[in-house]
Amino acid sequence: MSDSPLLKVTSLSRIFGTQHAVNDVSFSINKGEVLGFLGPNGAGKSTTMKMLSGNLAPSYGEITINGYDLLTQPKQAKAHIGYLPETPPLYKELTVKEFLSFCAQINQIPPPNRKEAISIAIERCGLNNVAYRLIGHLSKGFQQRVGIAQAIIHSPAVVILDEPTSGLDPIQIKEIRHLIRDIATEHSVILSTHILPEVQTLCDRVQIINQGKLIFSDSLSGLSQQMQASSLLVSLNSPPTRVQLYTLEGVTSVEALSPTQFRLHYQPDNNPTELLLKQAVEKHWQLVELTPTQHSLEDVFMNIIQQENSAQEQA
Amino acid sequence: MLALAKNELYRLFLSPLAWVILAFSQVILAYLFLTHIDYFVQIQAKISAIPGAPGVTELIAIPLLNNTATILLLLTPLITMRLIAEERRNESLPLLLSAPLSMLQIVLGKFLGTLGFFIIFLLLLSLMPLSLAVGSNLDFGLLTSAFLGLILLVASFTAIGLFLSSLTKQPAIAAITTFATLFLLWIIDWASSQSGNLFSWLSLLNHYQPLLQGEVHTRDIAYYLIVITVFLTLTVRHLDSERLN
Repeated sequence: MSDSPLLKVTSLSRIFGTQHAVNDVSFSINKGEVLGFLGPNGAGKSTTMKMLSGNLAPSYGEITINGYDLLTQPKQAKAHIGYLPETPPLYKELTVKEFLSFCAQINQIPPPNRKEAISIAIERCGLNNVAYRLIGHLSKGFQQRVGIAQAIIHSPAVVILDEPTSGLDPIQIKEIRHLIRDIATEHSVILSTHILPEVQTLCDRVQIINQGKLIFSDSLSGLSQQMQASSLLVSLNSPPTRVQLYTLEGVTSVEALSPTQFRLHYQPDNNPTELLLKQAVEKHWQLVELTPTQHSLEDVFMNIIQQENSAQEQA
Repeated sequence: MLALAKNELYRLFLSPLAWVILAFSQVILAYLFLTHIDYFVQIQAKISAIPGAPGVTELIAIPLLNNTATILLLLTPLITMRLIAEERRNESLPLLLSAPLSMLQIVLGKFLGTLGFFIIFLLLLSLMPLSLAVGSNLDFGLLTSAFLGLILLVASFTAIGLFLSSLTKQPAIAAITTFATLFLLWIIDWASSQSGNLFSWLSLLNHYQPLLQGEVHTRDIAYYLIVITVFLTLTVRHLDSERLN
């Protein structure tokens, strides 16, 4: 049991009218993993999340949660899932404690354990000071925390968070991310987002979805490998000629950005940095800046999506 | 399921709506109660000589319960409109849908919670006729039958309201359609005078009248149970199909 994935999705599709909102998506998530679900708006992220949580039935495909099929054994499967939709589902006229107590009841936590489950959820989400306040009077960041508390109260195997940081201020975002990382120590988390740094800071594995299709799925290190770029930004106060720079071993091209600033492109497996430094010292080029440029996650993301789009156009 | 019903009832009383409805309907019903008493006092002297003449229960309690049915017709849409439409508007429905609950449990929970409110309403109302027991003899058989009718009637109203609330996102639209449907089912037997045809069978009111006269027929009770079952089933089916489409 421990080896089989907690959540397994097989060729999941969802059709709205004639449009494939989600098209043949398969993936799985193992215990203790944080899976980032990345994609532009309207790519099918939320639709996938809704299907995983049982709010929307898939047109085709299968979802298995902890060994239970979501379609044929929905009750057992849903007991292992915690879901926070884009808008946190809250009853704003209740206090935090009342609301969580209701959530504990509908998630069938046995009565003797309820009190404990509620206080653990309140503790973990940092809601101690607002436990007796009305949800409607809380700030958006705290409402989001209540939403997360609601999703983890029955300690589900998989927690699904749909854009948990959207619409929050930077401090709240930081706090929520901290909270998510804390949750990830005990639960598997599926996180959908269109904010790339969020994936970088939180996830073990990344999946990129575009126009309903899964176009990239790899570990975070696989993604960072794609981000390795092969260029250096150099500023020299008394620069040599471009040819001199070009003859450095490994350099494939030199781009002069200004009389003193250059961009050196090199072969990925032949980094000329050391050589450049040595030469600069020996020949008094007066090096003032040396920056290895890295593709940002944004670049990689755009690249992958553009590759996919152009591949489609050619086909 | 019971947790859901409890929560529904509790949240209802957190909003001023429930209190306002209870307060004002009690005022109106109390006024009607007094006019019925007044009328009874006027004619009491005349009818006391007639053997087998209608008593306090028939002349005060029953007309009062008859009026209550009309008032409930107006009130039910206001209570049921928010049941699902408002959850949909606040986007809080996923909370219930992703919990390990079947659709039937969700619908029954909401139905029973709302019915709980009306039972409180009827308990308050029942104090008025019961207060007459201090000074006269009440026909408790007749009263029980009439209250049974009222509960069945309001349960049918609630089931219809719940279904119409599940169709829309706007509580106001749910209220209007519920009111229109209830009213239509109320007056549908006006179309024909002869009894025994389809229209009079469909009328919600037509099945309430015998119960008010103390006649408990299986066919009337069955009618209400059928209405309740049909509309609850339709609600479950509709919410289920919403996940598919």
